[in-house]
Amino acid sequence: MADIAFLLLIFFLVTTTMDVDTGIMRLLPPPIDPAAPQPPPIKERNVFVVLIDFQDRLLVEGQLGNLYTLRQQTKDWLVNANNDPNKPEMRLAYIDNLGEVEVSRGVISLQNDRGTSYEMYIAVQNEVTAAINELRNEFSRQRFGIAFDDLTDEALIEAVREAVPMAISEAEPRDVAAGRTR
Amino acid sequence: MQAISTASLPDIIFMLLFFFMVTTVMRETTLFVRNQLPPATEVQKIERKSLVSFIYIGAPLQTQVFGTEPRIQLNDAFATPADIAAFISAEREARDEVERPLMTTSMKVDREVKMGIVTDVKQELRLVNALKVNYSTIRGEVRFGRY
Repeated sequence: MADIAFLLLIFFLVTTTMDVDTGIMRLLPPPIDPAAPQPPPIKERNVFVVLIDFQDRLLVEGQLGNLYTLRQQTKDWLVNANNDPNKPEMRLAYIDNLGEVEVSRGVISLQNDRGTSYEMYIAVQNEVTAAINELRNEFSRQRFGIAFDDLTDEALIEAVREAVPMAISEAEPRDVAAGRTR
Repeated sequence: MQAISTASLPDIIFMLLFFFMVTTVMRETTLFVRNQLPPATEVQKIERKSLVSFIYIGAPLQTQVFGTEPRIQLNDAFATPADIAAFISAEREARDEVERPLMTTSMKVDREVKMGIVTDVKQELRLVNALKVNYSTIRGEVRFGRY
């Protein structure tokens, strides 16, 4: 009996893969309807352009950037503590459980070339997501005295999500090297 | 010295056996492409595995036969971006109608792949309104040094 159990045990031991599927969740923009009216233009100051070229170099708001500073740079830009006219506007919003909150209008626009490596693309996605997650944690600590990751009340989680939105846009593909839209 | 009784050994083995039987997830598809996922720290778990469709992208494992150019694998076959629409609608058909809006597409892309083919796949997904995507990664520190 024990032998058979052993045999089965070893079989399952060998075939088991313990990996859970993890990844970065994103919502793609809906397809563009050519007949639909043009959406209202977004102000330049409300868009944070992060561009990765075919050699995996970073261009952040038109200047060379790097992965080490990208997270802090994104946070500073989104918060806009000094009311810098080049950084995003704030809008007052009423959110349940929070009351009136200043919500940043900033949108992070990720652009990449066809030659960008996937690993770099994910690294940038990761840093930008980390920036927003850190902002959410800070916001949640300030309001509820507890980090966003440790919140359990679904209503509060939703409120913080609304106050610090995950505004990351994956731009229409462009051929960056040639500087033309595909 | 008295020998230790082994009467309970089968019970212990059975317990282990049941543990592994329950936790085992059998792989349904055989991978034809290299699939070493990139690392990331800000990852989320996929909650409902039954609602996930997988798209594998990577260089073929059999380079002598299929070359080294990254390819897309859907289910058990190589595919082109044009096949994605049919794949997604087949996946939708297989699910219950109320659950279709919750479906997620998990992109399992090898870390060596260039974004061109990934962008093509993303564009196809947008056209068929499969907008929830998950860039599959492993949990781990991002290697800054390379850049």
